[in-house]
Formats: sequence, C-alpha cells, structure tokens
Amino acid sequence: MSANAPAPAGQVPDAAGHFGRFGGRFVPEALVAALDELDAAYRKAMGDESFRAEFDALLRGYAGTPSLLYPAKRFSAKIGARVLLKREDLNHTGAHKVRNVLGQALLTKRMGKRRVIAETGAGQHGVATATAAALFDLDCVVYMGEVDTRRQALNVARMRMLGATVVPVTTGSRTLKDAMNEAMRDWVANVDDTHYLIGTAAGPHPFPEMVRDFVRGIGEEARQQCLDLTGALPDAVAACVGGGSNALGIFHAFVGDPGVRLYGFEAGGEGMESGRHAASITGGSSGVLHGARTYVLQNADGQTIESHSISAGLDYPGVGPEHAWLHDSGRATYTPVTDREAMAAFELLCRTEGIIPAIESAHALAGALKIAPGLAAELGREPVVVVNLSGRGDKDVHTAGEYFGILDKEQ
Amino acid sequence: MSRIGVAFDKARADGRAVLVGCMPAGFPTVEGSIAAMTAMVAAGVDVIEVEIPYSDPVMDGPVIQKASDIALTGGVRTADTLRIVEAVAATGAPVVTMTYWNPIEQYGVDAFARDLAAAGGTGLITPDLIPDEADEWLAASDAHGLDRTFLVSPSSTDARLRMTVEHCRGFVYATAIMGVTGARSQTSDAAPVLVSRVREVTDLPVGVGLGVGTGAQAGTVAGYADGVIVGSALVRCLLDAPDPAAGLAALRTLSAELADGVRDPRR
Repeated sequence: MSANAPAPAGQVPDAAGHFGRFGGRFVPEALVAALDELDAAYRKAMGDESFRAEFDALLRGYAGTPSLLYPAKRFSAKIGARVLLKREDLNHTGAHKVRNVLGQALLTKRMGKRRVIAETGAGQHGVATATAAALFDLDCVVYMGEVDTRRQALNVARMRMLGATVVPVTTGSRTLKDAMNEAMRDWVANVDDTHYLIGTAAGPHPFPEMVRDFVRGIGEEARQQCLDLTGALPDAVAACVGGGSNALGIFHAFVGDPGVRLYGFEAGGEGMESGRHAASITGGSSGVLHGARTYVLQNADGQTIESHSISAGLDYPGVGPEHAWLHDSGRATYTPVTDREAMAAFELLCRTEGIIPAIESAHALAGALKIAPGLAAELGREPVVVVNLSGRGDKDVHTAGEYFGILDKEQ
Repeated sequence: MSRIGVAFDKARADGRAVLVGCMPAGFPTVEGSIAAMTAMVAAGVDVIEVEIPYSDPVMDGPVIQKASDIALTGGVRTADTLRIVEAVAATGAPVVTMTYWNPIEQYGVDAFARDLAAAGGTGLITPDLIPDEADEWLAASDAHGLDRTFLVSPSSTDARLRMTVEHCRGFVYATAIMGVTGARSQTSDAAPVLVSRVREVTDLPVGVGLGVGTGAQAGTVAGYADGVIVGSALVRCLLDAPDPAAGLAALRTLSAELADGVRDPRR
C-alpha cells in the first residue's frame, strides 16, 4: 500500500472531524472558510494520483524514507523483548515530522498560498517547517515560546539559517501552548495568503485526520518491514505521545490488527503524584483546547494547567483527539513515563546500540522496558515490540548532558 | 423579547446605535470589575459584556490577554463571573457574557445556563463555539430563555452566514476585521459590507466589534450597525492608569465619548 493512499471508507473521524465525542471544530468563525478550503484541498489531493506521486517522490528522494526497521539486539537483550526500532531519527531534519511538513507544504502550494506559519516547542517542527519553506520557496514565520527559544537556542539558529523568521512568544506560560495561541491569532488575521502548518495531529478538523494521513506511512512501512523480517506482525507497538503525531503515524496501520497491542507513553514528568507532568490522557480530563475536544490538563474552571516534561516536544497540556478516542475505545493503552525512566532508557540505548535518541522517543523506549515482562509472561515467549524512534537526540545533547552531569563547567 | 432586544429597539427608535462595553470579569479584581462596569453604565454604556477570563484566548489581542491574565492570577473563578453579572445587572443595564467554550463545558452547559439566567444575564457571546458544535448550548439556552450570539466574519460564506444567523437570538456579532481584538486607527471597509449581508438574512440587530476605540469611530460604525462593541480601548483605561481612581475616571471619560459617538451616527 502506498504511504499516502486515501483512508478506507467508514473510518473515523466523521465528515465533521469527530472521533467519537472528541475532535470537531471549536474555532472562531473567521477560520471556518479556511478550514473548509483546506479540507477540500486535502481530500482532492489525496484522491489525485499526481499529488500522491509527488509526495511519495519527496518522501523517498528528499526525506529518506522508508526509514529502517532495525533489530536492536543488545538493547533487546537488556529488556527481555525483541525490540525493532523504526528509525525515523534517520529522516532528513532528524524526526518523523518531515513527512507531515512535506505533505502540508505541497498542499499550501496547491492552495496558492505563499506564506506558512507554525508553532514549535522543542524546535523540531519549526526546523522541519523552515526546511520545507526553503524547499518550496514559501515565506515562513515560526512562533516559539520565549522559554523554549532559550532552551533550544540551536534550533532557533537552524530556523534562521533556513530563512525563517522566529517570533519569541511572551504571553502566558511562554511555551508551546502559547506559541500555538499566537499562531492562531496570526492565522485569523492573515488567513487569505497564509497556511497554518500545524505540527501535530491536533487542532481543528481537518488537521488531526490530515496530519495522521501524512505520517501514517511510518506504520505502513513498519508493518511490512516486520512481516519481512520476522514473518509475523509484532506483539506490540510503542510510541511516545505529546500531541501524538508520531504515535498515530505508527499506530494507524495496526489499528485493524487485533493481535497487535498499541501503547502510547505520555510524559510523566516528575511523577503523576507531583502534579508536574504532561500526561493529558492519564492525568487530564475531557475539555476543549486549540480547536478540538480532547483530553486536557486543566483546573475545575477549565483553565489550562501548565505541563512539565524534560522533553520539550512532549511538554503540551493537550493531545490529538484521535488518541482520546483510541483511549476511550480501549484500542490503545496510555501510560505515563517519568523523566527519570525516560533518561534511563535514553542512556541504555546510547550505550547498547550507539544511537542517541530524542528524549521524546526515549519515553517510548522506557515504555517498552515497562511492558516487556508482562507481555513475556502473557505470551510465554519473548515478545516482539516495534518502538517508534521518532527522532534523534542531537537537539537534546545539552539537556541530557546537564541531566547526566557530564558537561564540563565552562560549557 | 430579551432585555437586549428591548435595548436595541429603543436605540433604533431614537435613531442611534447601542453601545456595548466589554470588560473581563475579575479585572483588576472582582470588586474592581464591578466598580468599572457600574461606572461604564453610569457614563452611558447601554449593554455590558462580561468576558470570562480564559488561559488561552485565541481571539483576543494583547490588551485583553493581559487583563485576563491579571484576573486569573488574582484567582477569579467562573462562579465569580456570575456574581459580577448579578451585581451589574442590578444597575438595570442588560448584561451579556462573552466566553470561550471550555470554561462553560467544565462548569456544565446546562448548569451554567441555569445559573446565568438566575443571575440576570441575558445570554452568551461565544467566540470559539460555532453552531455546528453547539447542540448542548442550543438546548440549554432554549431551556433557560437565554440569548445566543454567534459570530459572523467577512470570510463567512453566504450559506454559513445564513446558518449562523438562524441560530442567533438577541443580536448578531459581526467581526469587522480579520484579526483579534484591539483598538485600531481605522475600522475596516469590510464591516459595512458584512453588516448589509447579515441584514439580507435577518431582522436581528447587528453589533460590530473589533477595532473601535474612539467616539468618532463609534459614530462611523453607528452609521451602519445597530450596536457598537468596544473592549480593548476601555480595558486600556484601567491598564494604563497610575491608580484605580484615575483608571475609573479615564473609563468614564471614554465611555461618555463613545456614548456621544453612537448618538451621532455618520451616515
């Protein structure tokens, strides 16, 4: 199956973007026309052979997909499961996110818009968007919380090298959610010539469905690669969940395989009991944030609560609505992983495989470690677990270096 | 007919527009916001729009964001908003509530409608709730006799404009410009066009918001709309003042100027 064929009929979401009780459009009326225009362009493109061929050619010839499915033997021996790593970290720009931005940048061109805006937390989506904007000759403005511009100064420099304007956001908590608010405000004012290139499978319809479709090649590739490699489907698929695009990307192809367990690992930060975490499904409740109904970290009055995670890319108080639905329906299981657990798995992968993962992806590795004993006991054999290594750790060298206390003083 | 409808009818009979003044609840404090809104009524504001402060106000510009932040940092709760509505409604002026959707969803849609009606509020303006997602609110507002003001935009198609207006009760909110709240040196050319498009599909009064900050601008908008909605410029009176008394004085002065403006429609 092609990485970007249209979704089978009868699947969620419905025509208005509802995944069960989640999703939909909670947006100013001023944006509805643009969302309708985007929805129409996206559906037309997905049914258009030439669009799919162009997207496929970019994914292969520019982004470097299909990414490898790598049997991590030394890591596997340490955790008691046969771990197959989906090496999205090897993609151009260093993460799965390039798939989504290439798809949306192509759509932007088709809609005749010549400016893209984006929000970014860790800076990965900002860098990916700036990359696509350079490739497609689009103006690019990236909104980034002021706190994050300091945490991720190198990514700010990368975006500027690629020709993007980076706007530090100084409102609210000055992090990803506020960057998203600011991008929405820009979009309301400039919707005629601007596409809002949302970086995850969240936001108003059609973004959650569209972003999922642009990244679902991850799971389609992994499913076939696993069959080729092992002769069978995996017992489980594991991914980290912030907004949740990498997780949906790898889950989607397996949703119809009842024998494949789907595990999403949220950022448990300093521990659920501390209240300092970013686990919207495990520790939040149903609400409306950034254009959709989903699980949200919020107080009793519906005010968004600040999230906390060592991983800037998971540090978001909401989650894509399809995950909320997969959780409610029981098809996927969501569990928090603390900063400490993630960093232990980060170190283990570095030392056993010579791969430095993104701290986001280290949450999925730690999750695989958690579920391995139970799965082995249940199956009576070594389980096969596909882990989405959604990004590489270059951007996290400073954070991890500080965490492990291995930076020299003058650095 | 709702109390807001009566206010619009009366103004129409007098050949002028209604002045709607917006202020976040709990800014700068709960008592301070009651004092501010009461002063606005005394200075000639016809309808008070109480905005429930929200952590992620995507339709608001920097001025109302800052005021909302101050209110939330001060600990204002949704229940305080209802107390403020009740206190301001006691002046006799119609009080409408503007809110992003999540605070209402968390309070409970029907419970909020019941309590808002009991507090004397006339209804809700919902900037991020479109009729497509509003089934629960449509039912609750019917059950408790509240008005529903959805927004229409210059980008709304004719079909959406008609659909949205059909779900409105009380008045229709026309967003004059493509953008967030905040006073601007010029209001837009798109606004009169949008208002006339609304008039083609309804007899409901049309309020125009986003960008009005002076008496002259109010007069211009009053020339083609039934209501002139002012927020950021009023909020700024309090934000920029050296002390609360000076803030209230500035607020009275601007309210009176705007009230004169809506009585001098430039046609």
